[in-house]
Amino acid sequence: MTLLRIVLGLVFILAIGTAAFIGYAWHSRLDPIDPPAKASLDAKLLARGAELAAIGNCNVCHTAPNGEAFAGGLGIPTPFGTIYSTNITPDLETGIGRWSEEAFSRAMRKGVDREGRHLYPAFPYDHFTLVSDEDNRAIYAFLMTRKSVSAKSPANQLPFPFNVRMLLAGWKALFFREGPYLPENGRPAEWNRGRYLAEGLGHCGACHTPRNRLGAEIPDQHFAGAEIENWTAYAINSGSPAPLPWDVESLASYLRHGWHDRHGVSRGPMAPVTANLGAASEADVKAIAAYVAEVMGRPSKERLAQSEAALAAARQEREAAPLRRTGETGNGPGEAIFVSACQGCHDGRRPPPFGGLNLHLSTAVNAPNAQNIINVTLYGLPAAKGEPSAMMPAYRGVLNENQLVALLDYMRERFSKQPAWTDTRERVSSTLRGERRVPVYRMDGTTHAPPETSMRTAPWP
Amino acid sequence: MAVTLTVNGRTQQVEADPETPLLYVLRDHLELNGAKYGCGIGQCGSCTVMVDGEAVLSCVTPVLLLEGRRVTTVEGLGTLEKPGPMQQAFIEEQAAQCGYCIPGMMMRAQALLQADPSADEATIRAHLEPNLCRCGTHMRIIKAVMRAGEIMRHNPQSGGAS
Repeated sequence: MTLLRIVLGLVFILAIGTAAFIGYAWHSRLDPIDPPAKASLDAKLLARGAELAAIGNCNVCHTAPNGEAFAGGLGIPTPFGTIYSTNITPDLETGIGRWSEEAFSRAMRKGVDREGRHLYPAFPYDHFTLVSDEDNRAIYAFLMTRKSVSAKSPANQLPFPFNVRMLLAGWKALFFREGPYLPENGRPAEWNRGRYLAEGLGHCGACHTPRNRLGAEIPDQHFAGAEIENWTAYAINSGSPAPLPWDVESLASYLRHGWHDRHGVSRGPMAPVTANLGAASEADVKAIAAYVAEVMGRPSKERLAQSEAALAAARQEREAAPLRRTGETGNGPGEAIFVSACQGCHDGRRPPPFGGLNLHLSTAVNAPNAQNIINVTLYGLPAAKGEPSAMMPAYRGVLNENQLVALLDYMRERFSKQPAWTDTRERVSSTLRGERRVPVYRMDGTTHAPPETSMRTAPWP
Repeated sequence: MAVTLTVNGRTQQVEADPETPLLYVLRDHLELNGAKYGCGIGQCGSCTVMVDGEAVLSCVTPVLLLEGRRVTTVEGLGTLEKPGPMQQAFIEEQAAQCGYCIPGMMMRAQALLQADPSADEATIRAHLEPNLCRCGTHMRIIKAVMRAGEIMRHNPQSGGAS
């Protein structure tokens, strides 16, 4: 009898718990609408929406390579499986044409689609929840006036239990705090604006903050740097590996133009971000820069001294006669390769974007690993289409594993005060073998995947 | 300083500084004038040759990296009397206008078809993207590469560049 009672009691508790969970997890379906006529939308609102959508980087995930803008279908690799981005054009059947502004704002604020289903946090609603109703209205108006494209995204490739959307309610209970953004009192308006944009719509932390095993950002490692798509997103807090500390002006200029003459060019998944920020408002980008520079903090005296030394070394190399004859110094194959293949552009005589960065100033050689240099060396910087841009030829097929490892070891030793990298050979060899799949981006931010590299659309193993 | 290079199956010593671009060694030292100097910064593809079966931009490749590697130029694909499948296809399709880009086009296409003789048109287009043609013969070039793939598929021994 007692056993039966215990079992019944447990079943009862479980039933209550399940009911409570479903109650918590349940969101209603919002009614479909007929999309607003373009003429009914204010031109100013649309222009603002375009600027905000650029900051939100919407087009980058919601466009497949060679696909129509915002029509979705990009496969996003996650540790749990591949998630395909959705069509956010106003198409009635396959897009969000039937979504009301309320449904759109709810998706941004709560991570729930119009039908009331939980969305995967590959859609960064943990950041977008901070976006104000006013800004959501502008983004909605912008998206609802894009070219309508009929395109159905492939089904997500998620194994059980990750394919059960209801479970996301549990994820949200653990890791998701609903917005909107509350300005911090006593801070300058620009700082609050920058924080609102960087932590919200800009979702910088989605790449620059490390994630835990359940894919949530780790709050006490805010902006501490992470690896994403086999590119290193550098730390953008006090741990920034940039040899020259960033300040508001340099950061704002870099974010808007995609390069800075003393820091280099943005590439990899950051290339589309800076390309988008070129279309954002100058004041908004400056606010983001002001906030992020503040998170990075004032550089210590020691760091400033190091940056002076790096600048002096770069200046000296620019003015001195270049190392000419390879093998003259007897410093081994790494130096011989650097002098013959890299130095011609990277001696700093012509600054970025059209010349190569002097590597004393390079964040990449001071980074925790060599991956970004490996990627750029092997796949180059594919030039922008139809406009002047930075570029670098690819050395894949030229440099073999030993040559690239020797080159990287030499660069680290010559241009950085940091200890030698320890995992360079493993990274070089797995990248050359194609086990590390590296999406390559053109300098104007459009995805560019040479056929010999992995296509970003292909489902990743 | 002498550098040992294997070009089109022949191993030979070349007197050149190790940082000399492969393109200069091919043209000035070995008198293989197929590969062309276009931009000199690896952005146009007219200098493309193959190294160990992969397409490589010879204008930015210092010869010191090539000890013990197999270099193939357009001259290595066949002869006037006996053109290789890629050359034969380009002749049959009359794919050249001024011809300056053609050796580079052929070598990048050769690298693709050696790895995958059944590459489809979309793959060929994507693969040839780094190579520029200013005359605008792209349609014929693509047709020629498709034809070369056909020839190679029908006669698998024929595609073997040195």
